[in-house]
This record gives sequence, C-alpha cells and structure tokens, in this order.
Amino acid sequence: MNKLSLIGLLSLVIRRDLVLAMRRRADVLTTLVFFVMVVSLFPLGVGPEMDMLRKMAPGVVWVAALLASMLSLGRMFSADYLDGTLEQMMLVPQSLSVLVLAKILAHWMVSGLPLVIMAPVLGLQFDMSAQALWVLIAALLLGTPILSMIGAVGAALTLGLRGGGALVSLLVLPLCIPVLVFGAGAVEAVVSGTSVSSHLSLLGALLVMALAFTPWVTALALRISME
Amino acid sequence: MLEISNLACSRGDHLLFSDLNFSLSAGELLQVQGANGSGKTSLLRTLCGFMMPVAGEIRWRGQNIRELGDAFYAEMIYLGHLNAIKDELNALENLRISAGLAGCKVNDKQVIAALRRMGLRGRETLPVKVLSQGQRRRVALARLLLSNAPLWILDEPLTALDVGAVGLMQELIGEHLVNNGMVIYTTHQPLEVVGVATRWLALS
Repeated sequence: MNKLSLIGLLSLVIRRDLVLAMRRRADVLTTLVFFVMVVSLFPLGVGPEMDMLRKMAPGVVWVAALLASMLSLGRMFSADYLDGTLEQMMLVPQSLSVLVLAKILAHWMVSGLPLVIMAPVLGLQFDMSAQALWVLIAALLLGTPILSMIGAVGAALTLGLRGGGALVSLLVLPLCIPVLVFGAGAVEAVVSGTSVSSHLSLLGALLVMALAFTPWVTALALRISME
Repeated sequence: MLEISNLACSRGDHLLFSDLNFSLSAGELLQVQGANGSGKTSLLRTLCGFMMPVAGEIRWRGQNIRELGDAFYAEMIYLGHLNAIKDELNALENLRISAGLAGCKVNDKQVIAALRRMGLRGRETLPVKVLSQGQRRRVALARLLLSNAPLWILDEPLTALDVGAVGLMQELIGEHLVNNGMVIYTTHQPLEVVGVATRWLALS
C-alpha cells in the first residue's frame, strides 16, 4: 500500500508551501512591511522622549507582531480551499493533523520568522538595551509560533465565509492575550532587573500546549468547513 | 468491493436522495446520472468521506470507510470540479507534489511521460497559469496516470476537454478497467468505453 512517512509528509508540505510563498513574494513582504510601519509610527507619534519610548517598546513590538500575524492568517488555507487542493489534502492517506502542522510551520517560517529577525532592528528605534533585545528575540521566537497555531484554528473555522478575514481576527485576538502578556512581560522584566525565566517558561509551556492541541483542532475544523 | 447500502444524503434541510443501494466490483464502470441539483456531486463527496451521510453505510472490501480511514484513502483517487493544481507551479511540480502526497513514488521521467500522454508535450515546465482551461484539466487528469489506486471517483472529468482529450479519457478508463480498476463518474457528455458495459445509476 502507498503511504508516506510522517516526516516525509511534513517535509513535502513545508517545501511546497515555501516554494509557493517564494513565487508570491508580495504577500510575504506585506506582513513584514506592515510590522515595520506600525512599530515605526509610534516614535513619530509619541515623540522622541527616550524614557517613554524605552518603556513602551516591548508592548509596541508585541502588539504590532500580533496584528501583523493576523494579516497573513487568511492566506493559510484559503488559496488551497479555493483551488481544490485542500480537498485532495483531506484524501491523503496519512494523518491530517500532521499535514496541518506542516502548513502551520511553513506559515510561521514565512510570516513569523521574518518578524523575529526584524524586531531587534526596530527595537533600536526605541533605544532598547542589548540585553533587552536578546530577550525580545527569545520571547518572539517562542511566541510567534503560538500565534500561527492559534490563528490556524481560527482560519480553519472561518474558511469559505464571506468577510472571514475580520472575523478571524475577532476570534483569534482574545486568545492571543496570554502570549502578549508574557511576551511583553519578559522584556519588561529584564529592563526592570527581575527574573525573565518565569515569563519565558510560561511562553514555552504555551508553545508545547499549542503544539499538542492546535493541529488536531484545526484538522477537525477543516473537516467541518469542507462539508 | 465497494458497497453502498440504504444511503441517504441531504444538503442543509433538503433531502437529496435516500435508500440508495449499489455495489461496484473490479472492472466495473458506473455512471451517475441525474439533473442539476439531483445530488451527483454530493454522492461522490459522500463516498470520499467529505460529507456525512444522513443514513446508510459505505463499505470498501467489507468494512465501513469511516473505520478504514487512511486505508481506504490509499486505494482511491478523487477528481472534483476543481482541478486542485497551483497556478504558481508548473505542471511537473504540481504532479510531483500531488503524487507525493498520495504516497506514490514517481520520478520526473514518469511524470513527463504522463503529461505527454495527456497531450501536454512542451508545456511541462510552464507555469500552470499560462495554460488554457482545457490544458489545466489535462494536468489534473494526468494524476490518474501516476496513481495505482483501484478506485477512481471522477466528478465531471470531461469539462473543458476537447474531442481528442475525451477520446483519450475513454482510452484511460478502458485501460484502468482492464487492470481490474473501478470507476465511478458523473458527466453530461456521452462517454463510450470500448468493451465495457457501463452501468447507470439515476438520481432523481
């Protein structure tokens, strides 16, 4: 019988989604440019008071990352849904959850990872210390995959609905609040000299929990959307 | 091999059909007929497990397809209204990925041979978005050549195809049936397969 190994399926889907993203570079760049713009608007709007900027930096970067990741959620499944590829993916003789996990990972590499790489540069605008920048990177590395995973559930539930883009933000944003709190909290902790590890550990725990449950829930939601 | 008993399907609150019974064994060809909206596509989608039947059972090799799951999916191939090909990729990449997902190990030579058989010589590495509607359908149909699944479920396979391609489809279906395959399809165009008696299933 024909069957693909789990790792084979994972790498095939990730490679496919990355190739597709490379051929549609404009989509990838919009997310990144949006993130850069939103973060850069704050120093311009609030004024160049170093103390205030330093204080608000973690929150601003995290909120911008959250909004930027909402921007790309609609694309996670909708193109595959519209051209029938998603139907074929349901018929893959292998776990749909693993396939969904591969799609989430590919989505994160395309829309989450660039934000993590860009964040320290933006942090400089807010006069963040080197130490704070490192913690910001670590927190974003742990946090942005969670945003993609929670977002995947919302994207799957709103698949094929008119105006699904706005709805998915309404569904997903409240669920992302813990990530925002601990992510921004970690950076604030290092600035105020308290321990960072508790915040990062909680983010890590959220990541593990999301990794365990969201692919499965997303697969169920996709099956409902396909009916 | 495939047995359907007392199947009933509905779309929303509207009951499409009920008490549907038929079976299909190796080497048989079944054409589903019916007016627009009579539930042909819904029947095929139910067979694929996308939709839950209201009542009844679908069995493959004696077992319910819900329980079989992946084992059933490994033995069937479904071609829907949508071509399931990516505009950004070329025909070769599209087929390589879809065959890969289905778990078939194919090399580029086999894929190119399949595309040439479908009359797409010279179009293998063009992005699919520059191909015509009929050529895209041919790319989608080439998946059938790369799969060794015994059960083909084809929803309107002939849309957008020219006379030559329809003839080719008849040939492909004929070959598949000779190899003990099974085909269920819907169409509004006449499709004659040489040497095989088509069975009809009318939905009303």
